[in-house]
This record gives sequence, structure tokens and C-alpha cells, in this order.
Amino acid sequence: MNRRVLAVLLENEPGALSRVVGLFAQRNYNIETLTVAPTEDATLSRVTLSTDGSDEKIEQITKHLNRLIEVVKVLDLHEAACVERELMFVKISAQGAERAEVKRTCDIFRGQIVDVTAAAYTVQLTGESGKLDAFLRALDRSAIIEVVRSGVSGISRGEKVLSV
Amino acid sequence: MSETLSGADMLVRALQDEGVEYLFGYPGGAALHIYDAIFRQQKVEHILVRHEQAATHMADGYARATGKPGVVLVTSGPGATNAVTGIATAYMDSTPLIVISGQVPTAQIGTDAFQETDMVGVSRPVVKHSFLVRDCAEIPRTIKTAFHIATTGRPGPVVIDVPKDTTDPAITAAYDYPESVSLRSYKPAKRGNGRQLRKAAKALIEAQRPIIYSGGGVVQGNAGPALTRLARRLGAPVTNTLMGLGAFPGDDAQFIGMLGMHGTYEANMAMHHADLIFAVGARFDDRVTNNPDKFCPEARIIHVDVDPASISKIINADIPIVGDARSVLEELDPLVEAELAKRSKQQEGGDAGKAWWRQIRGWRDAYGLDHAMKPREDGVILPQQVIQSLYRTTGGAAYVTSDVGQHQMFAAQHYKFPEGRRWINSGGLGTMGFGLPAAMGAQFAYPEATVACVTGEGSFMMNMQELSTCLQYGLPIKIICLNNQALGMVKQWQDMQYGGRHSQSTYSDSLPDFKTLAESFGHVGMRIDHAGDLDPAMDEAFSAKLKDKAVLVDVWVDPDEHVYPMAIKGGSMCDMVLNKVTTSQQGDYM
Ligand SMILES: Cc1ncc(C[n+]2csc(CCOP(=O)(O)OP(=O)(O)O)c2C)c(N)n1
Ligand SMILES: [Mg+2]
Repeated sequence: MNRRVLAVLLENEPGALSRVVGLFAQRNYNIETLTVAPTEDATLSRVTLSTDGSDEKIEQITKHLNRLIEVVKVLDLHEAACVERELMFVKISAQGAERAEVKRTCDIFRGQIVDVTAAAYTVQLTGESGKLDAFLRALDRSAIIEVVRSGVSGISRGEKVLSV
Repeated sequence: MSETLSGADMLVRALQDEGVEYLFGYPGGAALHIYDAIFRQQKVEHILVRHEQAATHMADGYARATGKPGVVLVTSGPGATNAVTGIATAYMDSTPLIVISGQVPTAQIGTDAFQETDMVGVSRPVVKHSFLVRDCAEIPRTIKTAFHIATTGRPGPVVIDVPKDTTDPAITAAYDYPESVSLRSYKPAKRGNGRQLRKAAKALIEAQRPIIYSGGGVVQGNAGPALTRLARRLGAPVTNTLMGLGAFPGDDAQFIGMLGMHGTYEANMAMHHADLIFAVGARFDDRVTNNPDKFCPEARIIHVDVDPASISKIINADIPIVGDARSVLEELDPLVEAELAKRSKQQEGGDAGKAWWRQIRGWRDAYGLDHAMKPREDGVILPQQVIQSLYRTTGGAAYVTSDVGQHQMFAAQHYKFPEGRRWINSGGLGTMGFGLPAAMGAQFAYPEATVACVTGEGSFMMNMQELSTCLQYGLPIKIICLNNQALGMVKQWQDMQYGGRHSQSTYSDSLPDFKTLAESFGHVGMRIDHAGDLDPAMDEAFSAKLKDKAVLVDVWVDPDEHVYPMAIKGGSMCDMVLNKVTTSQQGDYM
């Protein structure tokens, strides 16, 4: 499938996000990841969501998002070059000899150990979604205790900006 | 110096300042502060309905007849949920409504308080926008913004949910009604793109087999006259959607009838064989296109719509034009005129149009609307005859609302509407129970006009309590009930697709006597079941003698009649069942 990342500037008002999420449910579009936070302008929130679909479907999603009164602007980040990142925490069971192995894998992926107990490491990793997936694959499945991912956030490269 | 008012008084004052004539509503606890404010003023007339669904349809009928927004007031909980069907109806047909709902006090929201429903949540998928008032001081601006959103761009319903504490008479704030509002996130397009317009003008003139397909957007956008001028200049055939009827005069020689599932043979054939479709304010609804994959294989498509999301949603547009229908048509006309002037000097064109019209007339002669309609010798009334009689009696000058079912399609096919806003029906949602309250809304808007509601006995029973409201306000609606003693449209599908198994579509033993029913509500009731009585009864119902009375004419019609043509599911636009024995297929291009 054709994975796409949309950035949406939204009025920072109660209920606005539910309209965005509701739209995807109503129109039978898939949301793979969703992140949202206020921008430097406190009246605006920025939503980044990843979804999949044909070009026509993405165009429809974009048009319907634009139709929401509180949506100020929508940008398909994949229209041009962009930087995408995702943050992940993984709690990994690590005892005895496994500890060194986990640490080594973590170093290879440039992860940081942010919490340590006698039985586990908590690793923080940032990167493109594919890299996070690869890290998880590199671990012993049974050692993974908990995973939390932030969902994709992204920004255009170069001069291109999304602002009012 | 601004005045200081309570939230309830501000709300009503804001409606006055918007020029609202009527507020259609029903009281209840959470709305009582507002109701008290209504009591203490005269400018906005409150119309007390008998069911909140009817309030929304009444406001909707008012809006469709006038182009002005309809305004509704309901209480929280069941009042609000009862309004939802009407809101969804308005949403699907893009009519401007403002629905104000009472809500439990802010402090109780989320506690499952008595009569609490999350109205903003419940209505979210069927509104253009909604507001939850947080503070009484917000009320004037919220109302201004709601009217702005409901009436501009592609119109639609807007809900304002008002917690009871924000209308508390003891809490006041400064009242300043804004002259206008502007939202950075909402700027509907008005004018079409110039380059696209020039492309469209050229395509329209070069086409050999053009067709104009216009919809509800032309009615809503008051673009009928502009469409008519352009269509006459082009000499092209015009078809209207169910929502667009009247935008182009129904009795004009260039009009080839409604298109779609129950459209005329000639309109659907012409669409299928066209080389250019000029779609204005229409949305390629599934009831029009039939199977999108088989839709009009040879046609290039120009699609004009104020809502970019409607364009290329179902069928890809070759020349998309985002803009207000009227503005686009008015700008297109001189471009077409100039192109035409250029061409005629070069001695081009001309005959193509003639051949195309010859073809269309051939289709009409073969299977036009009346081809299968044979008056019965035993005097049983055909439903089509009822509409023809209504058309004759009213001289085409009535506002006609309808419900949903066979009667609706017969009305759409056989009443020739001279202009937009005369035909009022629930096309998008298909809401049974819409007809009577919508007719009442139209009658409130135009007290002197003739307003007829064409209904079926099934639909009528979904909102017939409003007969009581008709009496209270002296509304002289004429209700023409095509009584086939069945949920006729359901029964027709069962005849055609389920081997005639009439599962739950008949109830003939238990129908009320509609004549005495109307009389018990204080109106005039008539019942006819013989074709010979049809015209006299119709004349009487619309006579000067009964001018001030609501009249219900219960017309017993042939229960076995079907609506034809009927599109064959999954086919192209030219695949239709034409009558009880004939089916048309692709090959019918003569
Ligand atoms: C609220 C609602 N419920 C169900 C339907 C499905 N439906 C469509 S037409 C129809 C039958 C309508 O019967 P009637 O009003 O008597 O009209 P007729 O088709 O007999 O002319 C039904 C049940 C609907 N459109 N609306
Ligand atoms: Mg019926």
C-alpha cells in the first residue's frame, strides 16, 4: 500500500480533533498513526497522521479534511522531500549475559537506555518508522515487555513550510 | 454603548438581529431560560410543533422555499436526538439550518445527568459544523458565526448546543452583535478559475452530443436563470437531478426530464451516449450514475461545484471548476457567446446538434414517460394521473413537497416545475415524514402561495401529528395522499427482486380512515377512489372556497403500479427496466 503522511494545522479548540478522527471513521479511511500538539502559536494545533491509500483516496481525504471548518491547512508531506521521525520506548527484559547483548543492539541503532533495573532496560529510540521496526526485529521477541510509539511526526525539507 | 443582557436574551436578540422570522421548536427543561426570553419579545415568532423531527423539517422546508436559513430550538436529551433525523436530512441535501439545542448545565456535563446527551457528538457526522457554548458572553459571536457557516459555500446545518447555565437570567454580559465574521480556516471559493472556464467554454461548443446535468446546487445557488440562459444559448438538452428539478423550466422544449434511477428513458440514454457532460451543482450520486465503472463511457466531463470534495469523488472530472454555480455560469455565458461568434464565421457546427436532438426525440417517442401509462377501464386511479391532475389544477404554480416512495417519483416525473425552490423533497437521506412539515415551512414562508404535499399513506403517518400544528397556525396545506395501501416502493423492489414476496410492506387491514382523521384534526378530508372523481376533487381541494383550509385528499390508487423506468442494479445508465415487460440495454442506440 501507498503510505502517506499528512500534516494538518487545526484551530486549537475543544472538539476539533474529534472531528478529524470522526471524519476518518465516517468515510472509512484508515489512520495508522496520529500525533497532535499545540504549535508555537497557541491558537493552532498541528496534527500529523499517517494513512494509506491510492493517490485518489489521499486527494479525497485531503479535500474532506479541508472541508472541516476548524482545519486551517493540510499538507501531504510526501508531495516533496520531508523529514519524518518517530519516538519509541521499549522495555526489554535483560538479565545476566543478555544485558550486554541488548546494550550492543541498542548502540547499533543509536538508542539510549533511559531506565535500568536489575531485570530490564528501557530503551529510547528515535528515527524513521522503518528503523524502529528493524530494532524490534533485532531483539529477541520474548524479551520485549512493552513497546510505546509516538506515531510519525514530520516536516518538509528546504523552504517549504506549513503555516497560516 | 452596548447593552447588558442575559445569555437567553442575547440569544433571542441575536436571532432578531439576523432577521429571523420564525423559530420552529419545542420546549423542555434545559431550554426554559430561552423560552422565557422568547415570551418577552415579539419579533421572532416561535412555532410550536408536535415533534422535534417535524421542527427541523419545517425549518428545512422554509429554508428550501426561501433560500434563507431555517432556525430550530429544542431541549436537551430526547429533544435534541429527535431533531437528528431532520439535521441529517438537511445535511444530505445541503440546506442551511441553525439548530439550537438546550444542554444540561456545564457543571453537569459528563455526569449522565437527567436528559443529557452529547449533542455535539451525536450530531457530528451530520452537521456542517457545531458549537458548544462555554460562556454567555460568547453567544452573539457564536450565533453570527453559525449563520455565516450555514449559509455560505455549500450550505448545511449548524448545531449550537447551549448549556443551561449560559442562559441563566442572573448572569449577564455585554451584547454586541458583530456585523460580520471572518474565519481564517473557512474561505469558500466563489469564482471559478478563469483558465478552466475558457477550457469549458471551448469544450461545450466543440461537443457533438452535449448534455447539461444540473442538480440541487443550482437551486441552492439561485443559479436557475443563469443556467437557463446558457442552456438556451447552447441549444443543448438539459436533464435535472431529483434535487435540481425546476432549476431549468420543466415545460421547456430543451428539458428532457429527470435522470437517474427513475429518470426518463431519454435523459438516461442521452447521458450514456453523450460526448460531453456539463455537470453543475450535481454530485454524481449513486442513484444517478448506477455503476460508476460503466458510467457514460464516451463522455468528457466538466464538473462545477462549490464543494471541492464533491469533484472527482465518484467520477473523475476532465475539467473541474470549483466555484459558486451562479458566478461560474454567469462568467461562462459571455465566453460561450464569444466562442460561438468566432465559430459561426468559420461556418462550423450546426448539424451535429440537429442529429443529436433527432436521436433524443427518437428515444422519447419510443419510451417517453407516458408510453406505459394506460388509463384503466374500471376507473381505478393510476398514481401518475393524480400528479397530472394536480399539475393541471395548480397550473404548475404550487410549491410541492413530497415524502419518500413511489409517490415521490411520480411527482418528480410528472409535475413540471417552472423554477427552482418549487419542488421540495428529501433526495439525499430519503426521509419518510419529511413532506408535511416541509410543506408547512414553505407555507409559513409564503402565506399566500399554494402549497401541496404529495405523500403516501406510509410516509404521512410518520409525522401526521403536525396536522394539529396546521390548525394552530391556520396553514392551508393541501395534502394529496397517494394511498396504495402499502409501502409501495418497498413492495415494488420485492416484486422486481424478491419474487413478489411482500415481506412487511403491506398493512391494508389496519389503515385509518384518513378522511375522518383529517376532520378530527379540524381540517377538510376527502376520499376518492374513482378516476372520474379525480379532477373534480382536486379542483375542489384547491378552490377559493377552501382557500383557508387545510385539506387532505386521500386518493386510493392502483396498488400494483410500479415506477418506471427503473435502473438495473450494477448496470450503466442505459440499462433500465422500462415497463412490466420491456428492458432496455446498451444496444438501443438507434
Ligand atoms: C424513515 C424511513 N424509513 C424507511 C424508509 C424506506 N422506505 C423507502 S420508500 C418506503 C415506502 C414508503 O411508503 P409510502 O409512504 O406509502 O409511499 P409509496 O411508496 O407507497 O408511494 C420505505 C419504507 C425510508 N425511506 N425512510
Ligand atoms: Mg403507500
